[in-house]
Formats: sequence, structure tokens, C-alpha cells
Amino acid sequence: MRVVVAEDQYLLRTGLTRLLAPYGVEVVAAVSTGPELLQAMVSLRPDVSIVDVRLPPTFADEGLRAALAARQECPGAPVLVLSAHVARLYARELLADGGGGVGYLLKDRVFSDDDFVDALERVAAGGTALDPEVVAVLMAGRGPLERLTPRELDVLSLLAEGRSNAAIAARLYLSGSAVTKHTANIFDKLGLAQSDDNNRRVQAALAYLNGQPL
Amino acid sequence: MRTRWDALWTLVRLTGLSLLTLLVAGLTVTSLAATLIGLPGMAVSVIENGRTLTERYRQGLRDLGHPADSPYLPATGDDVARLRAMLTDPATWHDLVWMLTLPVTGVVYGIVPILVGPAAVASVVVVGWWAVPVGLALCAATVFAGPWLLRQHHRFDLWLLRPTSHSRLAARVDQLTESRTLASDDRTAETRRIERDLHDGAQARMVAVGMTLRTAERLVETDPVAARALLAEARTTSAAALSELRALVRGIRPPVLVERGLADALRAAALDCPLDVTVHIELTDVPETVAIAVYFAVCELLTNAAKHGGGRHGALEARQDDVALRVRVTDDGRGGADPSGAGLTGVRQRLAPFDGSVDVASPVGGPTEITLEIPCGSS
Repeated sequence: MRVVVAEDQYLLRTGLTRLLAPYGVEVVAAVSTGPELLQAMVSLRPDVSIVDVRLPPTFADEGLRAALAARQECPGAPVLVLSAHVARLYARELLADGGGGVGYLLKDRVFSDDDFVDALERVAAGGTALDPEVVAVLMAGRGPLERLTPRELDVLSLLAEGRSNAAIAARLYLSGSAVTKHTANIFDKLGLAQSDDNNRRVQAALAYLNGQPL
Repeated sequence: MRTRWDALWTLVRLTGLSLLTLLVAGLTVTSLAATLIGLPGMAVSVIENGRTLTERYRQGLRDLGHPADSPYLPATGDDVARLRAMLTDPATWHDLVWMLTLPVTGVVYGIVPILVGPAAVASVVVVGWWAVPVGLALCAATVFAGPWLLRQHHRFDLWLLRPTSHSRLAARVDQLTESRTLASDDRTAETRRIERDLHDGAQARMVAVGMTLRTAERLVETDPVAARALLAEARTTSAAALSELRALVRGIRPPVLVERGLADALRAAALDCPLDVTVHIELTDVPETVAIAVYFAVCELLTNAAKHGGGRHGALEARQDDVALRVRVTDDGRGGADPSGAGLTGVRQRLAPFDGSVDVASPVGGPTEITLEIPCGSS
């Protein structure tokens, strides 16, 4: 897998490169500013880019903006955004184009490299990976989510994290067919029409974040 | 009609009062003379009596809704010091002038209602019965002019009795001193909390990580299994340290505020609120210190709404015009919020250094509407 890393802190940049090497992930470019990231994403077309939200020169949300700009130029270009904190607002912006291939995780998640690489692969394949903290307990009963059963809410929150049906089944000790049934019910209750599965999963995550229909 | 008669009666009473003030003014002047022969204590008590009289009059003006707050500068120390403070306080002289002029104005304004009745009777007696309509018209005109006369009188009173520019400044200094003390106490408590959190939390955990890593390093060849378990433990501990640091940072300078500014930080807060919050924000430029205070204030209000309100929907509005920044947080919960409760007092204290105010409307049964106003206009 070819990866661009945008991270201004040297320790984290080299740490990431070292952490990913055993998994056959090749860092084709390591950049440290927003404009460099935009250029690298457009010219190198990596399988996925790992982006820190806060980058020089502004140290505001430079990385996030550059990633969003790159996705406008190359729709669907996979981006995994890392940050020292997560905000639901940013997750919503990243998912907003509905294209998938988006990840948004706390930096600490790189500690469990298996999970992290799994998330990276999901994003590269056009799926999603949202941090459990972004998805974390919204009070049950907001808008259309009210119509979901507690079990369906459990399934939806894992779905919003970007987990596959198999992963959800394993996590909740359910059979594969039970999960399929739950997801079908969720899509139905949220009014998500038939379309390709990835897309519906992104829409479900957005609905979850908004707590209301799209 | 009732108020018209009241106005006339008040004017008549004012005429009576004027005789009293004349007496007090006379005493004041006499006592000031007395100080020249060494009786400052007497002068002080006479001035104080005069103040008691004018203060009572001010209370009356305030009851009518006039801005007649007490104008006196503080006077402390021994008699000489107090007398000096009183004599250099413009309010003392304003009082004296008012007491001396009230007899004149009182008579001028009061004489009309007092004399109109007799004048009407007299004109009938002198001129004859055909003057009756004229007399009645005069009386009616007086009754109708009463409130106007009284207003003119109060205008004159206020001119002399309202707070002087000195006392307004003094009051402002008091207010600023208080809010500054509150703010710096707050800050001290805040830094103490941060220091303790770092010391007992992240710092302690990083020490543990270092020790665990060192032990693992030593065991790596002799007991790889134990070494691996220790390494995993070090990883868990450092994750816990990070999550504590994250919570701490959020309490100091909220990340979204730093990255995006107040408008998006408020949107993010509304999104995190368990209520379904509609957001409307029009902000141009808010200084960062104000932004941080407003952000935490709004977070507190949203949390309260979700925790105590028991409603389902909320609204957050923030607007800035060239005078002030106004934020309104509403919810459809059960209302009955206590304006002097810990939460709202905290909000008020947060905004105090910026002269911000908090207005609470929360009838029992709801809805609750809380408005923050900070005099920080867009430039």
C-alpha cells in the first residue's frame, strides 16, 4: 500500500513510518504542511493519505482543509485524518461528500497497530473508520434514531465506526445473518434507499452524527 | 385621574418639604461655619443628616424609575478626614444647592395647585358669577397640568441629585476591582487544578511507563513472555495518560476553538449536546479571551439544559452587532432554573471580567431562555 503522511512532528512522522513498514505499507511522501499535502495527494495519487488536522503554517485546521480540498480535486481520494482530539463537527464535514474513503481517528489509536492498519485498509478500500469517541454514546432517542431498538443502536454505532458486518457480529456476539437483518432494519428506519452498500454505510454514519434525517 | 390628583398632592407636599430642607441647609451652612472654630464632628453629623434627607428623597425618585443612585464618595477615618472627604465630594455641594433651591422651586411648582382653588373663588367674589366658567377652567387646567409640573420638578431634582461623574467613576472602579479579584481568584484556582491534574495524572503515568519499560527491557531475554506483558501494560498506561491530557487541554483552550474560532466551536458544542439543538450564528470578530469565556459559558448552559431541563429541543443563537455580542440559549424543558444556582453563578463570573451580563427567563413549566450579553461590538 502506498501512503502519504502529513505530520509536522518529526517523532510522530518517523514513528508512523516505522510502525507501518512491517505491514507492507510504503510511505511514498512525508510532508509537513497543508499545501505540500495537497500537492502530494494530487500528484502521487497514494492509496491513502494519513493527515494530522493541525499543521503549519497556521497550526489551525490546515491539514483537514487541505485534505478536504484534495478530495474536491480528486473525488474519493482516501484520507485518514488523525488528531489529538476528535470533534463530531469535523467527522460530519469529512463524511459530507458521501464518497466514503474517509477515516477520522485519535492519534492514540496507532498504539494498537493491528486495529490501525485495519482502519487504514478499510479507508483505502473506500470504507470509513470513525473513532469510537466520535461515535460514543449520543443519548438514545434523537430524531429518527428514536425508532431504533437498543440493539440496533449498538449495531449502528459500530457501523458508524466503519466496521464490517463480520466485525460487528464478532464484537456483539451475534450471528452474521442477525447483523444483516439489523443493518437492513436500520437502513429502512433511517429511510436510506437501496444503493451500494458502502454508500449506505456512510449515510448511516452521517445520520447517526446528525441525529436527524439528511 | 388618580395619578393627576397624586401629582398635585405630591407638589403640595414638596412645598412643605422645602421648608424642612431650608432648615437643614441653614444648619449645614452654620455647621460649616462651626468647623472654622474647631467642631468638625458637628459638621460631619449635620452633613450626614442632610444626606439622610436627600437619600430618602432619592429613594422616592428611584421608586418612580429615575436614575437616582446614591452619589457619595466613601468618607472614612477620623472626623477631620471624613469632613475633608465630604467637603471635596461634589455631591455634598449638589445636596446643599438642592436644599437651598427646593424652597424656591417647591414654591414655584407647588404654588399653582395651592393657590388655584382660592384664586378661582376670589375671582368669583371680586368679578362676579360670570367668572365661574373661568375659575372652573383654571381648576381643570391645574389638575391636568399636575403630572407635567411634577415631571419638571423631578427633572430639576435629578439634575442636582443624580450620581456625579466622580461617584460614577468610583462605582465603576469598585465594580472593576471586584470582577478583577474574582477573575484572578478563578485563574489561581484553575491553574492549581491543572497543576494537580498533571501531577497526579499524566506525570505519574509517564513515570510508571518509564519504569515498566525499563523492567521489560531487562526481562526481554530471560523472560520474553513477561516482558511482552509489561510492554502491553506500558502502552495502556500511556493511552490513559493521553486521554487525561486530552480532557485537560479541552478544559484550558478547547481545540475546535483554537482551530476554527468561536462560531464553529459553538456549532461543535451544540452537536455534542444530547438535545436536538438548532444553531444560528452570526459573528464577525471576537477577541480570543472573550471567545473562550463565551464558549465555556455556552457549554455550561447546554449541559444544564440537557441535564436539568428535561426537554428535547434547544436553540443556540449568537449575534454580534456594533454594540455587543449576544448569545441566547433556549430549551423546551421544564424551566424553573435558579438564577443564583452554582451553574449560572459560574457563568456570570466567567463573563464578569468582560462586563458581560446574564439574563435568565425560566418560568416553572418552561421554556427556559438565557441570554448572555457582552459589550464587545464588531469593529
